[in-house]
Formats: sequence, C-alpha cells, structure tokens
Amino acid sequence: MIETMQGTAEPVIGIDDLSFNWSAGLDPLLEIEQLEIQAGEKLFIEGPSGSGKSTLLNLLAGVLVPQRGEVRILGKKMTTTGSADRDRFRADHIGVIFQMFNLIPYLSVTENVTLPCRFSKKKYNKITERGEEPAGEAHRLLRALSLADPELIRRPVTDLSVGQQQRVAAARALIGAPDIVIADEPTSSLDAGHREAFIKLLFQECEQAGTTLVFVSHDGSLSRFFDRSLPLQKINKASTPFAAMEACES
Amino acid sequence: MTAIFTLALKSLLNRRATAGLTVVSIALSVTLLLGVERIRTEAQDSFTSTISGTDLIIGARSSPVQLLLYSVFRIGSASNNISWESYQEIAAQPAIEWTIPISLGDSHKGYRVMGTTADYFTHFRYGRKQRLEFDRGLPFADLYDAVLGAEVATQLAYAVGDPLIIAHGAGEVSFVEHGDKPFVVAGVLKPTGTPVDRTIHVSLEGIEAIHIDWQSGMPAQGQTVSPEQTRTMDLSPRQITAFLVKLSSPMATFGVQRFVNEYRQEPLSAILPGVALQQLWEITGVAEKALLAVSSFVVVVGMLGMLTALLTSLNERRREMAILRSIGARPLHIFILIIGEAMAITLLGIGLGILLLYGLLMLAKPLVLSMFGFYLTIGPINAYEALLLGIIFLAGTTIGIVPGWRIYRYSLADGMTVRI
Repeated sequence: MIETMQGTAEPVIGIDDLSFNWSAGLDPLLEIEQLEIQAGEKLFIEGPSGSGKSTLLNLLAGVLVPQRGEVRILGKKMTTTGSADRDRFRADHIGVIFQMFNLIPYLSVTENVTLPCRFSKKKYNKITERGEEPAGEAHRLLRALSLADPELIRRPVTDLSVGQQQRVAAARALIGAPDIVIADEPTSSLDAGHREAFIKLLFQECEQAGTTLVFVSHDGSLSRFFDRSLPLQKINKASTPFAAMEACES
Repeated sequence: MTAIFTLALKSLLNRRATAGLTVVSIALSVTLLLGVERIRTEAQDSFTSTISGTDLIIGARSSPVQLLLYSVFRIGSASNNISWESYQEIAAQPAIEWTIPISLGDSHKGYRVMGTTADYFTHFRYGRKQRLEFDRGLPFADLYDAVLGAEVATQLAYAVGDPLIIAHGAGEVSFVEHGDKPFVVAGVLKPTGTPVDRTIHVSLEGIEAIHIDWQSGMPAQGQTVSPEQTRTMDLSPRQITAFLVKLSSPMATFGVQRFVNEYRQEPLSAILPGVALQQLWEITGVAEKALLAVSSFVVVVGMLGMLTALLTSLNERRREMAILRSIGARPLHIFILIIGEAMAITLLGIGLGILLLYGLLMLAKPLVLSMFGFYLTIGPINAYEALLLGIIFLAGTTIGIVPGWRIYRYSLADGMTVRI
C-alpha cells in the first residue's frame, strides 16, 4: 500500500495499448490505451451489459489474450504466456465471483469453497503452511462472511438463498488469499440491504489478505464504496454496438 | 487430475437417476451380449461333444446330417435299415477295431428305445472321450433287461427292477404296445448332457424278441409267442438301423468310407461324425450369428443412450464449466471430466452387467440342466469375453470424445463467462 502511494511499484494489473476482437476482420470490441491497478486497490469498473465487461474480465484473468497490446498481471505478460500456464497462473493468483449461480450444484458448501485448493497447489500450501486445513479455512471464511450456522453449511448448495450463495462464492474466491479477486456483478441478484453488507464483508476480507479487488457492475450507485471508479466507456476507445445504441437513446 | 475424477464421480452421483438408468441400460446390453456368447459356446461345446471316439457312422444311404440326426440325436428316422449280413461283412474288415450296432424304431413314453450290444457301454465315448458310467444297476444281461439314460430315470421316476412296456413306433403317444413282453430296468446311467440321457437301451435280441410275432408293423393275428417261448428261439438280429465304427488307424478312414459308399449288396453311407456335426452346427449357426448380431446392436443402442444423456446434460453444464475455468481448470480438464464420466458409466455398466450375467447363470444352471440336459459350466470371464468387454469399454470412452470435444469447444469460447 505504501509503495502504491509512492507510485513506484509495479502495478498488480497493467494494460498497455490493448485491442481485442472476437475474430479478425471485426471491429475491435475493446481498445484500452492504459490501465493500471495497484496492489491492495479496490477498483470499481462501471459498464452496462454488452459493453465488453465480461471480455475485459476474461482478459484480466488470462482466459483470453488480446490481438494487440499487453496485459501484465503481477508482472507476468499474459500475451506471451501459453494457455496452460495462464490457467495455472489464474488458479494460483486469482479468485472469481460471478453474478449468480456461482456454485457447483453437486458439491457441498465446504467442497465448493475448498475447490480452488484442488486446482492450485499454491493456494493449498498457503493454508497448510499456517497449520490449517482447507476445510477449516473455508469455515473461517464462511464465518467471517456471516455464514457460521453449521446447519446451513450441511445443506445442499441449491437450497441456499441467493445472498447465501453469493457469500459462499466470495469465500471460494478468497480462499488461499489470492492476489486478485475479480467480481463480475456479484451483487446484482441481491437486494439493496444485502448488497451493501456483502460489499463490506468482501472489502473486509480483501483488506485482511491484502487482495486487490476488481469489481465490475452496471450499477453506478455502488461506486461510492470504492477507492477508485472507472466507467468502462471512458477507458474503452472502441465504439461498441451497445455504446452506439445508448448514444442513440440518450 | 484426481480432482477431476472426483468431480466426475460426484457429478455422476448428483445425476444418479439419469446416470443410473444409463448404467443399467449398458449393463443389460453387456449381460445380453455375454449371455448370448456364453450360451452359444456352451451349446456348441455340448453339441460337438455329443459323440467322440467314433470314426465313422454307417447307415442306409442318406445325407450325412440325416444319418447323424437319427443315429446320434434320435431325431427323425432312418430311410432304410441295414441287413445283419452286410453289417457283419463290413464289421469284419481288417481296418476296423470295433463296431456298435444300433437298432431304433421303438419308444417308451416319448423316449426312444435303442437296441444295441453290451459293447456300447464299453466302447461308446462322448465329450472329451468320456465313457458311459452307471449311476446304479448294471448293463443288460437278460433278454428283457433295459438300461435307462439319466433323464428317463428321473423324469419317469424309475428305479432298478421296475417294469416298463415298450411301444411300437417313435411317437410320444403310441397305440400299439409290446404289452405282452414287458422289460425290467437293469441299470441307470449317469447324466452325460447328450441324447444318451433320453435313451432306453436294450439288447438287439430284446428288440428282435418283441417283434418276433409281428408282421408289417402290426401284431400278427392269432399267433402269439409268449416271452418265455422267445427265449428258446433264434433271436439273431435280422437287420439294424446303423452302426458306429472305430478304426484301428485314422489312416484307414477314407478307405473304409469308400468301401461302404460303394458297397454292392445295398446302398449305404458312411459319415465322419465330426464333419457331419460341423455341417449341422452351420445350419443352426445362422440363428446363432443373428442372435449375436442382435445383441451387439443392443450394446450399440446402450452406448447411444449414454451419448444422448451426456450430450443433453452439456448445455445445462456450461455454467459449471465456466466456474471450473474461473478456478483455473484447463479446457483439457473439462474434456477429461466428460470423458471420465463416460468411462465411469461404461465401467459401472460393464461391472453391473457381469454381476447380472453370473446371477442369471446361477439361476439358469439348474433349469437348463433339467430342461435341456446340458450342464452349464460357470467359468470365469474368458479371453474372448474380456476382449468383447475391452471393446465395449473402448467404445464407451470413444463415445465420450463427442460430448468431451463439444464441451472443450464451449469452454474455449465461453471462457469464464457464464452463459445461461
């Protein structure tokens, strides 16, 4: 955090001169000249659906690579890293929360939360080095996210309320203290009261683990909670069909 | 990788209703295929081992299959008989080690009565050169003694010493009986799983005795000869139906065969039982091959059922795949997850199918023995069956490639974007 303020540290996420389109010949969907996200930052990216949010998140997580430009995550150039290495990198360093239906229906609450430890030795080791078990850490996170009731944890995940499911998803994204948590509209299926509580719990856990949070939503009213807020249309130089449509409407 | 297989199993467990049905349908097809294969080989084994150790069967001129049918399987009847003189002349050939004359044409409650000599019990071989053994009693010694096959004795509940009346003709119901000359059970043979079990053996002289006062297939009017009177009469057989031949050397087979086929006194045929059995099996073999083809198709249907179940599950699982991708699963993992499910379903199907097969075999064993007289051996999975199972497993895994490839494409395209 101190380094960030000095502005000398390598950003956690860095984008330079990025251009992405789904297939050659199409107009680019995303064109971002520069974006830097510092360690420990809580960034809000605001964008309506169809504005290329999901594509941006896929690029930040190393699922997609841009046709032009560079994406650096924790100093690693995603553009020159093979897909298998990018997948492993994501497993080790990133946690993701989706809008809804985040959980694998045939796994228990605990199994859902500890699943990343099965795909990442690094996340697993981070927990065991502290003398903990993944299941124990999962329960600690769930408790921190106000899901302490053991009765609740034993239930099939499909029986949980949407708000509870989102908190389980948050616990899964946070387990093993990843460097970055990417949240894609995690609160849009929650009502206003739960929304704020969820964001506060998420912040609290991110701060404790020193995790950088990239939070994407179409709901601009949430921006007030964050350190920094960026409307996607501002950083995206490409004119998306949706942006054009919105321009017509307004 | 273990994470992926655990996931595959848990996901199957979650969809246990559909997955279970798929497993059961594959299991049933496996049971059917193996069952048909078992019965096919068992039947062929039992069939081709009906007679062994006999080099030639000689009877009136007819097709080899017909001669085989009536002389060995007691099915149908001879077109003609062989005169005793011809039999003796051929039996005296130097290349011949032994002969067993047989005389057919009478029956008892649907079981064929066969006249023969005591040599039958010493020389006749079936299966793997097994000889006939007595369960109880002795070979026939008296003129009116009879030796029963195992099935005859159990089905008719006859014991040694019981009387039995032989009927004229081979039908189930006969109106003309040799009621004046009853026979006595002298011995009962052990089960052989061959037509011997369904045969009543008497001496050639006994056959001659019951027909001594008969003319053209009917009891002669007026003149009857009592059983005791016949004992004083000349009972040398006048004709027989066929005879089994063992040669001193297999080299002589074709020489003797030609001698018989070109025999001047009467038209005769000499057949090689092995060859005739093979011909007969080929006739029935068409049905057996059709059965195998049908059961193979049932396996294909089972596999297609699995393909359908896996493919229809894919769309609803794209979300699951996106979640796994976001956690760091590679598209290859997702591919393996689906292939793993196909493998697990196929393996479970094969396992359950084998269990079902053995269960059914255990159930069928006593039934088959009592109804068809053949002894079902329940052995372990043989090499050929293992090969069939291997092919099924490979086919199941290969079929898993189709949904696996599709989900692989999906997960590349979707990334960690959840599509509803």
